[in-house]
Amino acid sequence: MSSGRGAGAAQAQDIAKVSLQRDGDQLVVGLAGTWQISAHLPGTTAVEAALESPPAPTGIEFDSQGIEGWDSSVLTFLMGVEDAADERSIPVDHAGLPDGVRRLVELARAVPERGTRTEEPKGSPLARVGGVGLKIYDGAVGELEFLGEVARAFGAFLRGKARYRKSDLRLLIQQAGADALGIASLVSLLFGLILAFVGAVQLQQFGAAIYVADLVGVGMVRDMAAFMTAIIVAGRSGAAYAAQIGTMRVTEEIDALRTTGISPMEFLVVPRVVALVLMMPLLTVYADLMGILGGYVVGVGILDLTPRAYIQQTINAVNMTHFFPGVIKGTIYGLLVALAGCKQGMAAGNSASAVGDAATRAVVNGVVAIIVACGVAQVISYVFGI
Amino acid sequence: MTETTAASAPPTDQISVRNLTMAYGDFVVMRDLSFDVSPGEVFVIMGGSGCGKSTLMRHLLGMIEPATGEIFYGGESFTSASREVRESYLRRFGVLFQGGALWSSMTLAENIALPLEEYTGLGAAEIRDVASLKLALVGLRGFEDYYPSEISGGMRKRAGLARAMALDPEILFVDEPSAGLDPISSRLLDDLILELRESLGTTFVVVTHELASIFAIASKAIFLDTVTRTATAIGPPIDLRDHSQDPAVRAFLRRGEEEHE
Repeated sequence: MSSGRGAGAAQAQDIAKVSLQRDGDQLVVGLAGTWQISAHLPGTTAVEAALESPPAPTGIEFDSQGIEGWDSSVLTFLMGVEDAADERSIPVDHAGLPDGVRRLVELARAVPERGTRTEEPKGSPLARVGGVGLKIYDGAVGELEFLGEVARAFGAFLRGKARYRKSDLRLLIQQAGADALGIASLVSLLFGLILAFVGAVQLQQFGAAIYVADLVGVGMVRDMAAFMTAIIVAGRSGAAYAAQIGTMRVTEEIDALRTTGISPMEFLVVPRVVALVLMMPLLTVYADLMGILGGYVVGVGILDLTPRAYIQQTINAVNMTHFFPGVIKGTIYGLLVALAGCKQGMAAGNSASAVGDAATRAVVNGVVAIIVACGVAQVISYVFGI
Repeated sequence: MTETTAASAPPTDQISVRNLTMAYGDFVVMRDLSFDVSPGEVFVIMGGSGCGKSTLMRHLLGMIEPATGEIFYGGESFTSASREVRESYLRRFGVLFQGGALWSSMTLAENIALPLEEYTGLGAAEIRDVASLKLALVGLRGFEDYYPSEISGGMRKRAGLARAMALDPEILFVDEPSAGLDPISSRLLDDLILELRESLGTTFVVVTHELASIFAIASKAIFLDTVTRTATAIGPPIDLRDHSQDPAVRAFLRRGEEEHE
């Protein structure tokens, strides 16, 4: 930035320049060159320094004779000068500016319209702690209210009085169930493989490689099949539910349901919960089989176990006390994922980014809920010796 | 003024609002609204952006509870009615939301069929016929099996109107009919509203700030003022433009242009 004199015409054709000059007690800001928003722009530091240097000027004037071209960059600079002058209560005379610039500066400095948004008072730290507490309390109340409404809608559903479209339910079942088979196959097969490898390394040391079949069979059927499937479903269906319902809020489709006298809980939430609660046990059983297949591939292909021995060992190891807890857990996970997705959708804000946030929260809350439920289930089965 | 007579008169009109204050938490949007809407009227709620026009409509529909005050339909209190009674009122209302708010997973015919299935005992074939008729009335004959995403914004709005009319409601609420429409489509929608009022005697409550629309359709209008946070004028829009006591009302109805009197 230059505060030198005469930085004008010839060589400065494409560089914005500012010169400062005292004219009595007035500060004259000279503008020269071509002001382009894409080029490097002068800052206002020098002007502020000039305003401070004694004797402090009592007014600002402009000289824009050297200016060759300008766009909004010159306004940005001028607004900076204005703000600096305002801070020191120094009047600014716009007369020396080009006509268009003067009008735009005056437009930009016009008194802004009063916004309708109310600023949240900051308050003391104690008040803020209280505010957070109240927010958590409200969140918990909202969660309970949602659960209550879902329970009521479910009551209507079980009595056959819920208002929903059977074709919607069929489609949701297809999306949650059949359409998830591919990814469920892949993940459970690989998970069975991983379990088998992890077990094989240890068990081979004792010459007990055949017990890989027990490890994979029991591990998958009892817990991991349901768990992995639930994680997949949380990412697929949970996020989709939040996004679908959230978008319907933005486009006022939910309001339209309400004013038609149709409960969105019955129409949107119940079919989604039903679809996942019906499909999760089936997906879990399927994942059980795929996981065992994964273990079988490792056992037979790499550990040199005979197919017959592996299958026989698996059949001996896995029984109904492993199978039913796994399927029940899968069902509960499905319920949790569906509730998390629908809750976030119904609570979504009114914009595209809010819908994105809702989908993210649906997945995070769904996964956390699954893990917590899994932990609780372990403790229960340990205590009761199941 | 009109407000004071409305505030004291017993509520017998089709829609009566008494001393309604609308608030979000501590933030008062509008206070002390009192007005009446007679059967067959086109009642326009007007005012600047963000003044609470749509909020007032949501109060009238029972989607938001009033902070204070009461809303009556046909002299009966809506505000203090039970949930069941309120739901029975919904059958008599139709609502056209800003973007049409058609249910995107259903075809136009299915959209119109849903309220019919909900409230009438008609068979599937009859419902299909009624849906086709309603679509024909808004100029969408032959679009029964289109999904909302396959038609233009103006068509979606008209389809939304067809759905709002599905049950031949006594009162049709319309939120920003001209928003996002070109002048001709907007004019056609206005004409449609007037036509429905003439032929079916439907009462309309319309939220809008489009001057052309207001002068074309409103038989009575209420002006919600952002600064004083209350209704500063109620009456036919042309009277308000020429004779209102409030300069803000005159300015609004003249697009802020100078008055030549």
